[in-house]
Amino acid sequence: MTKQFTVSVFTENKIGLMNRIAIIFTRRRMNIERITVSESEVKGVARITIVVNTTRDAVDKLARQVEKLTEVLKAFVHEDHEVIYQEMALYKMSAKTLSHAAAAKFVKENNARILVEEPEYIVIEKTGTKEETEKLFLELEKYGVLEFARSGRVVVTKPMKELKTYLKELEIELV
Amino acid sequence: MLEKELSKEKAKSSKQITGAEALILSLLEEGVDTVFGYPGGAIMPIYDALYDYQDKINHILVRHEQGAVHAAQGYARVSDKAGVCFATSGPGATNLVTGIADAQIDSTPLVCITGQVASHLLGTDAFQETDVIGISMPITKWNLQVTKPEDIPAAVARAFYIARSGRPGPVLLDITKDAQFGKLHYKYEKCEKIRSYRPYPKLNMGDVDKAVELINKAKKPFILAGHGVLISGAENELRQFAEKTGIPVAVTLLGLSAIPTDHQLYVGFLGMHGNYGPNIKTNECDLLIAVGMRFDDRVTGDISKYAKQAKVIHIEIDPSEINKIVKADVAVNSDAKEALKALSERVSKASHEKWMQEFRDCKKLEYEKVEQHDLYPGGKGLKMAEVVRLISEKASADAIIVTDVGQHQMVTSRYYNYRKPNTNITSGGLGTMGFALPAAIGAKVGKPGSDVIAIIGDGGFQMTLQELGTINQSKMPVKIVILNNNFLGMVRQWQQLFYEKRYSSVEMINPDFVMIAKGFNIESAKVTERSDIEAAIGKMLDHKGSYLLEVVVEKEENVFPMVPTGASVAEIRLE
Repeated sequence: MTKQFTVSVFTENKIGLMNRIAIIFTRRRMNIERITVSESEVKGVARITIVVNTTRDAVDKLARQVEKLTEVLKAFVHEDHEVIYQEMALYKMSAKTLSHAAAAKFVKENNARILVEEPEYIVIEKTGTKEETEKLFLELEKYGVLEFARSGRVVVTKPMKELKTYLKELEIELV
Repeated sequence: MLEKELSKEKAKSSKQITGAEALILSLLEEGVDTVFGYPGGAIMPIYDALYDYQDKINHILVRHEQGAVHAAQGYARVSDKAGVCFATSGPGATNLVTGIADAQIDSTPLVCITGQVASHLLGTDAFQETDVIGISMPITKWNLQVTKPEDIPAAVARAFYIARSGRPGPVLLDITKDAQFGKLHYKYEKCEKIRSYRPYPKLNMGDVDKAVELINKAKKPFILAGHGVLISGAENELRQFAEKTGIPVAVTLLGLSAIPTDHQLYVGFLGMHGNYGPNIKTNECDLLIAVGMRFDDRVTGDISKYAKQAKVIHIEIDPSEINKIVKADVAVNSDAKEALKALSERVSKASHEKWMQEFRDCKKLEYEKVEQHDLYPGGKGLKMAEVVRLISEKASADAIIVTDVGQHQMVTSRYYNYRKPNTNITSGGLGTMGFALPAAIGAKVGKPGSDVIAIIGDGGFQMTLQELGTINQSKMPVKIVILNNNFLGMVRQWQQLFYEKRYSSVEMINPDFVMIAKGFNIESAKVTERSDIEAAIGKMLDHKGSYLLEVVVEKEENVFPMVPTGASVAEIRLE
């Protein structure tokens, strides 16, 4: 059965690593739905968060292939209920079609905010799940969205075991 | 004397050396004695530095970079060292690709050094610029582009550590020309640890105990020994384990020579063209003990009908192989040697005489139906198996047999009697035609005391026959046997069996191989009659230098037994 999984990869921050990891997905014909790269809480360790739709078996095998890369410290696989996640979306609206009052109403109803207000356009920012940012998009679409962009997933996990504990178990030296 | 003094003075006064020289010194630190390679524009500073170290590093000039990488593979497979090859940027680097992919899938340690255009030209489509890092990413264990001279020693140290440790594999260092030219203060430190890399998983004794319990309980246990046994040097441990427990042992294609073929517990070779018993009994045993093998599809056939009745113990150093194809009831994630040693100490002494007898019965059936006709044919044409039998009888126990890919490879694997470890060198996972000739050169360099006999088909030989030039120049005494059926035999066999004998592009109009050998100053002979073959093989083996023996074999011979693609191992065909 296909499900949505979050693969969190903790790696050394080295050039070309994204490519190395992406190749493992493409070779197995697995589409990367969303991807985010950031620093982690451990110095020098990058965190790559990848969302895929696949089976448990396929994603577990994939994670082991990713972990096999020399520069990868650890790869975790989580289902949606095991993580807390957010995505950020920006909506650029024409000031001509969307009045300030209307924008304020959408912002209030959707727990969003107005990021920029210029004579010609307004930029609204909304953080939430994909469903939530999608819902606002559909509402704003009636007024003509000039530009829309959504980030990848930013994730923290529910289990209390931190990365540092895992790394210690693996006898990985922390700088 | 004066020159030496001067160079010492020079070293003292300047202190700095070029990146190219640092590379050579780093290779020496790693114990490199041989490099297989081919020069070109972007690697010229390295070749220039090599000029001063010709007494320490033997450079074998190949005729094509594919030859360099396969030779390095042959060298690595017999010597416990990483094979090293040099190539220039662009086409030099891309010509390495086949061999690197081959080494990756067959877990062979290589350090490939490629020259690269100067760093300011990277990404500009400069002359002979290719993104070799990008190209080799999925086929290397690790790769790195070096653009600064001071990074060279650490990169080399890391490269050798990664290539050799854990499950070995090929690594590639791409060094820009300015990094080769530039100067650095040289200091070498060996790499012994990388925090994100764990090559040797700790043996979990809980897993060992679970495995022991299954082994002690089993009535029909069966060991499948793979390449991992040879890589970890666990031949003795395998034998002790098998002997104590009385468990029959079959080997994979790359596991051949992990146990002598005349050992009483050896029951044969697994897979598509393997022996009858090991395939049939896979689906009758109650416990499979897989050691250092990865359940390749050529071994398993239809996976949905593979050993479903059996419990599975999988001893494997690479965690990504565990549960990849076959679900393990007990996974022992460890080096084969360590795991087998721990198991041997804990298992009960046992014998499975009745079970062994079942294998012997299978062997008898296979002998009657297939082997005797292959080994002692009565017909006019020579058969590959009888040639292999004679080579096997006449060659010394430590002779290294290098095979290419196709029918001759399967026949050799079935009929050659491997007596010593690491005497079988072949391209297993990738199935690279053209592998054998250059790999044989490398094997001879890696183990000069052993005879090296390459057995090659007429098709594969013509893929890399230019390496006869390397043999001629390096004076490496390699014996070459061409089993010539004027066909791409394995493809022809499939076309006969599965494509209604529609022979599409499989017939070869071949050159005069004896004349070709002569052109390269290599002694040669051609045999077409059964009455001449024994003497011809004797002459070849007695000859001091290289020798090419062309044997004209039956044109349309088929290799049996065979597990057809998509069939279960239980459906192995004897004819």
